[in-house]
Amino acid sequence: MTEEKSGSPSYSAAELLAVMAGRLLKDGQVVFAGVGVPLLAATLAQRLQAPHLTILFEGGTIGPFIVPGELPPSTNEQRCTRRANMLLPITDVLLLLQRGYVDVGFMGGAQIDKYGNLNSSFIGDADNPKIRLPGSGGGNDISSLTDMIVAMKHEKRRFVEKVDFITSPGWIAGGTTRAETGLPQGGMWRVVTDLGIMGFDAESREMQVLGLNPGVSRDQVQENTGFKLAFAARIENLEPPRPVELEVLRELDPARLYTA
Amino acid sequence: MSSEVLVTPYQQLRRDTLGRDRGLREKVMSLAEAAQLVRDGEHVAIGGCTLSRTPMAMIWAMIRAKKKRLTVSRSITSTEGDLLLASGVAEHVITSWFSQGIVWGISKVMRHYVENKLACFEEWSHMSIGLRYRAGAMGIPFMPSRSMLGSDVGKRVGGKIKRMSCPYTGDELALLPALNPDLALIHVQRCDAFGNAQLDGLQFMDIDIAMAAKRVILTTERIISNEQIRRMPDATRIPFFAVEAVVEVPLGCAPHECYGVYEPFFSALDDYAARLGPDAVAGCRQYLQEYHYAPNSWPDYLSKIGMAEMLDACRRGRSVHND
Repeated sequence: MTEEKSGSPSYSAAELLAVMAGRLLKDGQVVFAGVGVPLLAATLAQRLQAPHLTILFEGGTIGPFIVPGELPPSTNEQRCTRRANMLLPITDVLLLLQRGYVDVGFMGGAQIDKYGNLNSSFIGDADNPKIRLPGSGGGNDISSLTDMIVAMKHEKRRFVEKVDFITSPGWIAGGTTRAETGLPQGGMWRVVTDLGIMGFDAESREMQVLGLNPGVSRDQVQENTGFKLAFAARIENLEPPRPVELEVLRELDPARLYTA
Repeated sequence: MSSEVLVTPYQQLRRDTLGRDRGLREKVMSLAEAAQLVRDGEHVAIGGCTLSRTPMAMIWAMIRAKKKRLTVSRSITSTEGDLLLASGVAEHVITSWFSQGIVWGISKVMRHYVENKLACFEEWSHMSIGLRYRAGAMGIPFMPSRSMLGSDVGKRVGGKIKRMSCPYTGDELALLPALNPDLALIHVQRCDAFGNAQLDGLQFMDIDIAMAAKRVILTTERIISNEQIRRMPDATRIPFFAVEAVVEVPLGCAPHECYGVYEPFFSALDDYAARLGPDAVAGCRQYLQEYHYAPNSWPDYLSKIGMAEMLDACRRGRSVHND
């Protein structure tokens, strides 16, 4: 089992991510969630503090309740539609973002930079890539059209000064550049990692640390980041996952499909 | 024919449509016959999304018929994309995301073909692909959008996206070019012999694809009577006059899912992923040999996947009706 000697529960990095991210969601919100940790975190929030949270999946689902132990392999299978209020064509569910019905978009990330731009397309030069990654999916649309939460592992190679390729736009080159490129709405709001929670300065739009996970130091966050991090005036010490949060997560994902 | 022209000229689109046999006629045929309707070099749009309602039997038939130089487009591309590249059927994939699925990691077959420039993976955002099909379905040359601005995804498709300031508001917009595929392959739960198609669950982009395409091949879990269709016409999503061919193929998406009939065949998908070990392309070609070239019929292909796996997928698939 996962109990430590002290009696405080232990947890995996992915579980920590799901718990911390889930806490950011508020009751009554409409959240556009990607597969994996976002889906789990949104479902967790729905079971705890946000029973009236509405989840949208890019496959076309409005307001489903995921059946514990039957997590979908993507947001496009019938498992995403259980007890849903409505099923729409893909294009129309994505257009809800453009129309403005969505409070927050929520997805995972492969590579992020200090302005919150995400890359899931190319490692290296796009014309001669070292690695061709799977691509945008709905990420580009979600991050172009609404406020964003991204949940990802905090590693130096993932947190870079400038992403190789902007798949999903954050604050572009900081300041007002996002609006100037034609994206007056939305933007990267929170980055949740296994080390802490980051936000973005309201003026410069540079990433700054807002909170640290239990047992994590400022130095540790900086050491795992490929650019100079700013720290907010007041840094919150985040509360460790509570037993009830882990209990619900493990009920949802008993096979550890997304929380190993 | 797939042309260099980005947007099909309107008069040509109208002429092509008027030239089609749009009468209420039976069009039931075999998979092999339907594969003969696919011409080398065409743009083929594939219905469904990721592991859902993938017209796998039709893809199987195209691979066996050794089609060449196809451009394929799909909302999200999964294992069928690997198979189309490794078989030499497709050399250009237009999609928003390409890999088997997040739990199986990045497609090594896609990486091999794209990183070695043996094939083109043209990336558009998910909504942009949908709006391109929708513009095609609407008979207009482009759709304005507030997405694909600012990112490198938009920049990389270069001249295929124009920008404009809205003449009413001054808002900055991306203009997405209409996409009218030469052919659409769509799998549904049921249709009649004329091609009136009803589908359950998630529709993905299938209706827009069907109405945008110049020809549609429907595969279906079962063919029902036209009388049945007329008892619930509100459930019909694709009209007969858009459809060129109807093929009845039970379990026609295996090992992917068909809503309410079967879920993904998870063991078969794990087995496929495991085959792409150190040499992914060789593993994929071996899979093609065993599953696509060797079986002589779709039932043979299903037998190769196995009865236990099939029954399990069907039990899970039908469970949506149990609550």
